[in-house]
Amino acid sequence: MAEQLSFAYTGADGVAPVVFKDLDLTVEQGSFVAILGHNGCGKSTLAKHMNGILLPSGGKMYVAGMDTREEALLQEIRRTVGMVFQNPDNQIISSIVEEDVAFAPENLGVAPEEIRRRVDAALDAVGMRAYALHAPHLLSGGQKQRIAIAGVLAMQPRCIVLDEPTAMLDPVGREEVLHTIRRLNREQGVTVVLITHHMDEAAQADRLIVMNEGQIIADGAPKAVFCHVELLQSVGLTVPETVGLLYELRQAGLDVPLDALSVEECAAAIAAAL
Amino acid sequence: MEPIIETQKLTHIYSVGTPFEHTALHEVDFCAYPGEILGLIGHTGSGKSSLIQHLNGLLKPTSGKVLFEGKDIWADPKQIREIRFQVGLVFQYPEYQLFEETVYKDIAFGPRNMKLSDEEVDQRVRAAADWVDLPESVLNRSPFELSGGQKRRAAIAGVLAMRPKVLILDEPTAGLDPRGRENILDTIRRIHREQGTTILLVSHSMDEIARSVDRLYVVNDGMLPYHGTPGEVFAHGTQLREMGLDIPKVTQVAQQLHRMGIPVDANVYTMEDAVRSILALQGKGDGLC
Repeated sequence: MAEQLSFAYTGADGVAPVVFKDLDLTVEQGSFVAILGHNGCGKSTLAKHMNGILLPSGGKMYVAGMDTREEALLQEIRRTVGMVFQNPDNQIISSIVEEDVAFAPENLGVAPEEIRRRVDAALDAVGMRAYALHAPHLLSGGQKQRIAIAGVLAMQPRCIVLDEPTAMLDPVGREEVLHTIRRLNREQGVTVVLITHHMDEAAQADRLIVMNEGQIIADGAPKAVFCHVELLQSVGLTVPETVGLLYELRQAGLDVPLDALSVEECAAAIAAAL
Repeated sequence: MEPIIETQKLTHIYSVGTPFEHTALHEVDFCAYPGEILGLIGHTGSGKSSLIQHLNGLLKPTSGKVLFEGKDIWADPKQIREIRFQVGLVFQYPEYQLFEETVYKDIAFGPRNMKLSDEEVDQRVRAAADWVDLPESVLNRSPFELSGGQKRRAAIAGVLAMRPKVLILDEPTAGLDPRGRENILDTIRRIHREQGTTILLVSHSMDEIARSVDRLYVVNDGMLPYHGTPGEVFAHGTQLREMGLDIPKVTQVAQQLHRMGIPVDANVYTMEDAVRSILALQGKGDGLC
């Protein structure tokens, strides 16, 4: 069964202004999708529709074929799509790592032996098994965020939506979290939707969606999307420094391509043009 | 030139005499000159926060000295309040520290503590709001009604209203989108230009540091292994990586080109310099690659 999040949404939720209008988006099962956009463009609102935290005021949102407005399906929807938020300190509730990870399956009424198995597997998946009996508040930001991801994994979701999971982390913590996300996607086939401000992180996804004022303005492979330097700049975004360098060289008349993201590719492209 | 802030063999040990004893800073010699923009980089746990908290007297050295305008700030502990007005510290995520009913009252908190007259406080609040581009109309609103970027500006204005000679900002752009980051950096550069404030910028973003500072210090393991202009510091790319730090992407590209035998300047660290250095080679590339 293909997991399809298709979405068309009109109007406002509650008193909030219209965030998006008639938005259509499908996320393929097993894909790694990054969503970029400046603050207030509707990324987080969209993310919160993906597991029914917010409900569409018009249009429909389907999670694995389930309509999020069907109240009876809500628990199943939240079990299918797990959410990870920006601030790790707001997502951890227990004073022992493994108890925190066990919280969701306990609530879902999973049998104790199965909980044990899932907690161990989830901690393995994020590389934190050695910290099972540690106190979360003594861990680093990146470690805490990996615990939050493990907590979501213990529900065995098919999709994880991460809303700026690295915004409060240092470069080491960011790399830990990104590495974990990539591995979950590749090795366990978990569908990943990553909302981020960091161009380097967005560059690691299979597919990159750029939002502005509630609309999707670019959608495609990161290399292709980052070629639209002017479009991205016009909506307050930047491109990775490598693409920015190639763009500046191109503006100055050097015939270089724009689709080189890594340092090595970028240097090779410049060398070839000289 | 006399340094405005200097540390001499500054050592700080947390929880001395307990099993948790930990040396955060070890005989650190640091100095900032009046009117410069200085960068401070180092990974989490390197001792950066401990260092900046010494510079305005929030932490007291275990040994060694902190000098402000040549005077030991702890010579008379009763005077330490004065140092905190002179050296303003904007913490990470300062918007979490807004607490007053209105933005105006929040910005006024510092100057009121300085026991200034009402007119002086009023004048300073309005000037500080103007420096950070907060419109008059938000001054009477609750800080919690502002957007994330505006909240951060309000928090910075609260420190600026004390008219510190030195402004220390710990990760002032963390968590903002690219436009928000650029706006905050522009604001900091403008304050520096127009008020002549000495700025100490703590950041994880090497690209941001490379574009903004005159000089920078690297903090690692409670010590300062490198300092100098960005070019001088980023020349230690390999060692910086071992410390969990990075160098700007454009510098990495230049160094990679250099390894490929292309004679670009490997010490460029801004986009403009990289473009200039590469374009200078145009047409001379035959046979190089």
